[in-house]
Amino acid sequence: MKAYQKILMIVASLSLGLLFVFPMWKIYLKAPQYPEGLELHIWVNKLGGSSEGVLQNFNILNHYIGMKPIHAESFAELQFMPYIVIAFMVTGVLVGLLGKRKLVLGWTGLLMTAGAAGILDFYLWLVNFGTNLDPMAAIKVPGMTYIPPLLGNKQLLNFEALSLPALGSLVIFMAITIAGLSYFFSLRNQTIDAVHKNRKVVA
Amino acid sequence: MAVAAGTMLQGCSKTEGGASGSSEAVSSDAAQAVYVAPGKHDELYSFLSGGFNGQVSVYGLPSGRLLKIIPVFSQFPENGYGYSEESKAMLMTSHGFVPWDDLHHPKLSRTDGQTDGRWLFVNGNNTPRVARIDLKTFETVEVMELPNSAGNHCSPYPTNNNEYVIAGTRFSVPLDMKGGTGDVSLDKYEEEFRGSISFIKVDPEKGDMDLDFQILVPGFDYDLANGGKGPSEDWVFFTTYNSEKAGTLKEVGASQNDRDYLAAVNWKLAAKYAKEGKAREMPANYYHNKMDENSHVAKSTVKKKVRYLLPEECPGMMYLLPAPKSPHGIDVDPSGEYMVVSGKLASAIPVFSFAKMQDAIKNKQFDGEKNGIPVLKYESVLKGEVKEPGLGPLHTEFDGKGNAYTSMFVSSEIVKWKLNDLQVVDRMPVYYSVGHLMIPGGDTKEPHGKYLVAMNKITKDRYLPTGPELAHSAQLIDISGEKMKMLLDFPTVAEPHYAQAIVASKVAPNSTKFYKLDENKHPHAVKKEAEVSVTRESKNRVRVKMTAIRSHMTPDNIEGIQVGDTVYFHVTNLEQDWDVPHGFAVMGANNAETLIMPGATQTLKWVAKKAGVFPFYCTDFCSALHQEMQGYIRVSPKGSNVPIKFSTGKKKQNIPGVASTK
Repeated sequence: MKAYQKILMIVASLSLGLLFVFPMWKIYLKAPQYPEGLELHIWVNKLGGSSEGVLQNFNILNHYIGMKPIHAESFAELQFMPYIVIAFMVTGVLVGLLGKRKLVLGWTGLLMTAGAAGILDFYLWLVNFGTNLDPMAAIKVPGMTYIPPLLGNKQLLNFEALSLPALGSLVIFMAITIAGLSYFFSLRNQTIDAVHKNRKVVA
Repeated sequence: MAVAAGTMLQGCSKTEGGASGSSEAVSSDAAQAVYVAPGKHDELYSFLSGGFNGQVSVYGLPSGRLLKIIPVFSQFPENGYGYSEESKAMLMTSHGFVPWDDLHHPKLSRTDGQTDGRWLFVNGNNTPRVARIDLKTFETVEVMELPNSAGNHCSPYPTNNNEYVIAGTRFSVPLDMKGGTGDVSLDKYEEEFRGSISFIKVDPEKGDMDLDFQILVPGFDYDLANGGKGPSEDWVFFTTYNSEKAGTLKEVGASQNDRDYLAAVNWKLAAKYAKEGKAREMPANYYHNKMDENSHVAKSTVKKKVRYLLPEECPGMMYLLPAPKSPHGIDVDPSGEYMVVSGKLASAIPVFSFAKMQDAIKNKQFDGEKNGIPVLKYESVLKGEVKEPGLGPLHTEFDGKGNAYTSMFVSSEIVKWKLNDLQVVDRMPVYYSVGHLMIPGGDTKEPHGKYLVAMNKITKDRYLPTGPELAHSAQLIDISGEKMKMLLDFPTVAEPHYAQAIVASKVAPNSTKFYKLDENKHPHAVKKEAEVSVTRESKNRVRVKMTAIRSHMTPDNIEGIQVGDTVYFHVTNLEQDWDVPHGFAVMGANNAETLIMPGATQTLKWVAKKAGVFPFYCTDFCSALHQEMQGYIRVSPKGSNVPIKFSTGKKKQNIPGVASTK
């Protein structure tokens, strides 16, 4: 691999560090009583919101329908995901340094799988929280579940919920793209090399 | 819309049969001019003093919407101010607990002679006090009693950068020079009675007040005050009446002299004299009450000393300017050059010139002296008089465009006149007996100049009758054009004396939405439901540390209380959301409820008087299950063996709640 391709690969892996700077997903809730809206921000290592009290306010509202309280401590993922990200960063840098094309492809594939697994995990949590309701809940609407949308919007009683990937997701997408480019460019190296070889043969 | 409103207003005046003709002056586009659509915000905050209710009411302008009532010197059952254990100290004075006062003048804090939207200072006239309201929370955060004062009326006037808030006494009294008044024969008014002017220092960052020194002044009645600006910014002016020094039947006794005085005090020089050791010290006894911003607990400090200056020992600090008969308002124009004195019994309004006053002082154009204070010659300081302005001029404010507006109490009108030639250019009837008038920023260097609010003492036929007592009224007048236009009137809470207004953008963005639970330093706060407790602290005292959140209280079942116990309910509101206070009330409480802001802790004291079960509940509608936000306290006979026990819900029965009965 050429130097710039190696650098691309290293940039791709280091850019994952931005996951500690930006949230991956945002769920927006809006209701008449919350004209300013409530935002839940899902990070790779924590849960947050548009303001400090947001998580508590989510839980206060959710408790009427018997949804379990959302706490960072209840998600083991938030404990180990940072290590996975760090692992990707370290291995990515190594792959970049080694400059082996196949390793780049493998790394990119793994990152795509991890991303997909993350989205699936997220969806399963949404289903779990939205359906696994306390039978003693104060508000019970027959047949109603409260699975927030994975992507897009949905009316949940008085709340309009909107779920969108945030900058963090874009970071993963970007890392995959850059690593992919690194691989793609290195493919061209091979073709060019091959052309050179062929020329030699012909000569 | 305008046409419809116009028709309606016309219709109204017809049905009134012209008894007063009081709708005539309403401009046809008035409804549009004051219409603030649902969900839209007003352009200005206005703060109207409530007079004898001891409160400040906050109205939006131009709509006249009542936004909030802020209790200052009065107990307020709505939120427990003055009833809760935390806030009681705010109303402590050297006379004991005084849960009422006569609140006259709100004044906004200033930066460079303009309102800055940080604090509002107000005075208590009856039991002399000055208070500070924080405009981040719209709560009273400090109340200071003033020694050697009796009737704190010409108060509280902030200098152009809040260096001082200045407060003068209305009533002179025989000072015993030990922090009280002497046991003096009332015949001896002339010889023995004195007044005082207090200089309260204001911390530039936090706003905390501190009484720096006082000036002991001759025994007149000091009525109103106003600070200078620009060239006159080192000065503050006070109107006085009763230069006759009458001690009885003042309505006659104090109305004999054709001229009383405007007292001019160089506050910068006074501060310098005080700093340089001219100040003497005397014993005092006054309360200074402060609300801690993190614990929300008020504490009283009793101050035992006060420093004072005597004008006769401080040359150049104070002068008297003769002013026609019983002056009331003194108002300095935005340039700081003109001092308008409204003689409420005089037929003309004198306008003094600051430049002329300086010359008169330099050239010693004196007309004798009073108690060692030089009296300047009337003609030497006079710019001119506004002739035949109306009857009973009281107060003047300015629009910043060279116009002055004076309220006429007797002839019930606002009169507009020009500062340069002192000619009257417009009049507008008001309903009725107008006292103060206010132009937003009208007492500062840069008036807003769009509206004027007239504060009327009597409303008679303005609103639907409500028995013998009628609301007072504030009237909003458009002063943006040549002619004044009546736009709106709205009833006010108690008697508004004065008001201040400020553009909303200087205040609204800084509003606190809730208190951070993490920063709650209340000694009995509990920040988690798991930490609540019920503890018997002594033979007759039980302390309950509980929490409130939508829509339950923890604990909500309390047992083991005995007849005769004093129970302190310390309720912490765990919410971290705007506009979600929780109320707390117990059946039979002899004080009030308490309203707990999100993140704060408040305490309600309750005495168990008889055996039985007593409910407590949340009073401020908080959520769909607000009605269910309730609990019970069981009271057993004295000496019974019911142990202290508390819980919320069956699952939480294992809350470690053991606190033994002694």
